[in-house]
Amino acid sequence: MALFALFFVLPVIWLLLAPSKTADQVVHDWPLSFGSFSQIGHAWSHLISFQNHALLTWMRNSAIYSGGSLVLTLATSVPAGYALALTRFRGRTTLLVVTLISMIMPSATLVLPIFLEMNQFHLIGTIWSVILPFSFYPFGVYLVYIYFATSLPREIIAAARIDGCSEWQVFTRIALPLARPVVGLVAFFSFVGNWNNFFLPYLVLPNSDQFPVQVGLNQLLSSTPSFNPVAGAGLNITIPELALAIIVAILPVLVLFLFSQRSLVSGMLAGATKG
Amino acid sequence: MTLVAMDSATNAVPSRPSRRGAKPRWEGGIASYLFVAGYTVLLAAFGIFPTGYALYLAFTNDRGQFVGFNQFSKVAGDYRFLPAFENIAVYLALWLVMLVVMTVLTAVALRSWVRPGLSSLLRFLYYLPGALAGVASVLVWLFMLDPSVSPAGPLLRAIGQDSFAATLNPSHLPVILFLIAFWTGAGGWIVVMYGALNNISEDVLEAARMDGAGRWKTAWHIQIPMIRKWITYMSILAFAAGTQLFVEPQLLQTASLGRVSPTWSPNQLAYVYAFQQGDFNGAAAISIFLLVLGLVCAGVLVARSDLFKLEEQ
Repeated sequence: MALFALFFVLPVIWLLLAPSKTADQVVHDWPLSFGSFSQIGHAWSHLISFQNHALLTWMRNSAIYSGGSLVLTLATSVPAGYALALTRFRGRTTLLVVTLISMIMPSATLVLPIFLEMNQFHLIGTIWSVILPFSFYPFGVYLVYIYFATSLPREIIAAARIDGCSEWQVFTRIALPLARPVVGLVAFFSFVGNWNNFFLPYLVLPNSDQFPVQVGLNQLLSSTPSFNPVAGAGLNITIPELALAIIVAILPVLVLFLFSQRSLVSGMLAGATKG
Repeated sequence: MTLVAMDSATNAVPSRPSRRGAKPRWEGGIASYLFVAGYTVLLAAFGIFPTGYALYLAFTNDRGQFVGFNQFSKVAGDYRFLPAFENIAVYLALWLVMLVVMTVLTAVALRSWVRPGLSSLLRFLYYLPGALAGVASVLVWLFMLDPSVSPAGPLLRAIGQDSFAATLNPSHLPVILFLIAFWTGAGGWIVVMYGALNNISEDVLEAARMDGAGRWKTAWHIQIPMIRKWITYMSILAFAAGTQLFVEPQLLQTASLGRVSPTWSPNQLAYVYAFQQGDFNGAAAISIFLLVLGLVCAGVLVARSDLFKLEEQ
């Protein structure tokens, strides 16, 4: 068990320590030693000067893409999950089955077809080519559906209708206030998934100043002398800078992770009804 | 992977016929359509349309003429096609076996053999690397596999991996990809399996103890069978995701200075078709192969297991 824990933890500790050392120290000192705080500052200034603040631009892009699609995801999946759970309409079962299937299929499956589609409609290189596909989130719809189906008694809805509430009022006054836990859950999974997504933006965004940070990291990697002696020569991007870039890039997700172990379990276990 | 006898498959018979006659008590009228409209548009635009368009491209050529299965036979006959699927198969075999064995054993151990405080700390530690999924995990592991900087350097040297070039030998790729996937993914599944084990009632475990079952017997005969559907769920999701590998081999290819094949995985091959050969029809044909794989997994999971709730019971 302890060995197993080491396997998971050691890389994280190494990653957190690496930016405090010089490239030379990273190689020659004990791998888990701490360098100095001033060295972190040096690594940061090297990193920031890479392509004129590229890292900050990438972080901002990631925030726009993940944030924008999060808003659209919530705006579409919460009402859809609600309607699937608590109303009846023609095509409901079909919509549910298609949702289930697309939720289980890995998102990478559709990336190339989506690229071909974007290419056909000349959307390549626009922010919509990332935000719109990111906003399509069947798993979110399913989570909301399961939540409402299991925790909002239909009698309450029926009573509200008898009292003269319109469908819209039933949704906004009764369902939405109760939906807070599941909204958090959908937001967590959607944000983390989109923040870490690489494949789609890699295909549809050709310019470096549009990259989200994950694609940017790939570019940093190709600019590191240790991994690319030719293109990386003369640049200040060495192992400590790259490690620092990784930390910065995952920071938002890491913060969410620190507080969301419980969400993960309830989200995944909600993938199935208690049997 | 077998999907036999899901425990409550028998009582999950849909109650559709009884509903048809009676008017449902809960309706939404026209408003229902408005509620699902936004999502349906996204589903059509980024789920259904791209699938249909990829199918169209896969059955036509670059002048839009129908060519039957020519695109499929062309890509399947490509000398890089079979190796890409073989690579994935080797990786998947390793990944699935280890994932199932290790997550289940660890979850059982954490549930039954470890003090609750320590167990919760360990689960958190296992789970944390999940935050580094994607590009970050590959970069971290590039360092972990470089004997000159890795904290496991002595271990790497002890097994004969003296340099980064040696560790990143193309033949090691399935193992490397497995390590990365396990590091970022296993913790989350351990947490989920642990949650599922927690749902087993204490009475059942107590009864097993009364009957004289030890820890191993209880784990093997009671706990593991009772979380079987979770193991199936995990396996199918992991299998489906594993067939779609792109980022990890792509980055390793960059870092290996081209020694690793740029068409290591099927998705990479599709990428090369689209971006280097400009052959969108061929790329679409490969996507269709992968789509079918994903669809089969999803279909099996939805149709054969009772994991998903489609109708009110």
